[in-house]
Amino acid sequence: MTSYTVEFDDIPGTRVFTASRAKSGYALNQFCMSLMKEANRERFKADERAYLDETTRMSQEQKQAVLDRDYNKMIDLGGQIYFLAKIFATDGLSYLQAVSTMTGMPVEEYQQMMISGGRSPEGWRSIKDGD
Amino acid sequence: MARITHGLTTSHIPAVGATIDQGRTQEPYWKPLFDGYEWTKAWARENVPDVVILVYNDHASAFTPALVPTFALGCADEFPPADEGYGPRPVPVVPGRPDLAAHLAEGLILDEFDLTLMYDMPVDHGLTVPLSLIYGQPQAWPTTVIPLAVNVVQYPPPTGHRCFMLGQAIRRSVERFDENLNVHIWGTGGMSHQLQGPRAGFINQPWDHAFMDRLLKDPAELARMKHLEYVREAGAEGIELVMWLIMRGALGPEAEELHRFYHVPGSNTAVGHMVLRSAETPA
Ligand SMILES: [Fe+2]
Repeated sequence: MTSYTVEFDDIPGTRVFTASRAKSGYALNQFCMSLMKEANRERFKADERAYLDETTRMSQEQKQAVLDRDYNKMIDLGGQIYFLAKIFATDGLSYLQAVSTMTGMPVEEYQQMMISGGRSPEGWRSIKDGD
Repeated sequence: MARITHGLTTSHIPAVGATIDQGRTQEPYWKPLFDGYEWTKAWARENVPDVVILVYNDHASAFTPALVPTFALGCADEFPPADEGYGPRPVPVVPGRPDLAAHLAEGLILDEFDLTLMYDMPVDHGLTVPLSLIYGQPQAWPTTVIPLAVNVVQYPPPTGHRCFMLGQAIRRSVERFDENLNVHIWGTGGMSHQLQGPRAGFINQPWDHAFMDRLLKDPAELARMKHLEYVREAGAEGIELVMWLIMRGALGPEAEELHRFYHVPGSNTAVGHMVLRSAETPA
């Protein structure tokens, strides 16, 4: 890893999608792309586990994260939000609904935070500076 | 000759597109956001360009994980709206401008910007939401469009400085095109927002305002900002703002601000919108 990549790790609660994450998340993100076709969305919804087993080369851990709709876990395993959006679009969820699940806040509380001006930067800039 | 006369920036939030498509723009949550575009819609009706060079990023629609071009120029006759998982947006197909696109491809590559050239490309909310915000819901878009897709998904994206230089090169190349064309350039995405992880919902209003001020007055210095600062101060997806520097570079050294609007929230995002005129444009 280069210093360029390492510096981002100081930002709390954030994973930037580096080339090495792109490599480890490749099968997961390609699965997401497959959901851009209506026929595939139908097949996935009919039997999620079978679709993942039969059409993807994802790890068991990645498959479980998809089945659990654990977006933080999917990102840890190399997923990127614009790819993962195809999963929550298939579920009929908006970005706001899906994104809120990563914050540990109920969606109503998250939306209220946004209406009140969003998450304040204070305390969310740097782990090492505690700022 | 062809000339870039005006530039525009706007966020390109997907929920804004869905709200327009579903006729819900007058709902209390959304009305203040759409009101901020009324000035521009009226201005745009009176100032229809021949071509818009539309700088945006693809959100995993045209580009799968198999292909990550840093800069991709749309050279096709037309660009269909992408199916992003909800079905394609019910908006007109986007007409291209292949003669100017071919000219730009040649000019920019010889100017040492090694672009990827796209001859078959669906366009997602990054491109179609700005068109809807500015032109509403017409049967056909009133202008041709040259899409310029920038990678801001996989790191590293291009630096702000590289984006600014690309904008300057676009201006030079457009001015070498023989036909008299009025060209606008749009920089889209931003402003502060983060769509992932426990820090999602991040918004930094003072930083956003300073970014707009600096984009207008001191873009060359702003272009030196590191990616780390974008992510730290504007959220993970705030990195999209490097695309605004392409627009600004293409307006020449001095620009005048005709309109500015800022609003929180549009879904998860701070909405920023500016309309600029190049100082070299006759008033
Ligand atoms: Fe975007």
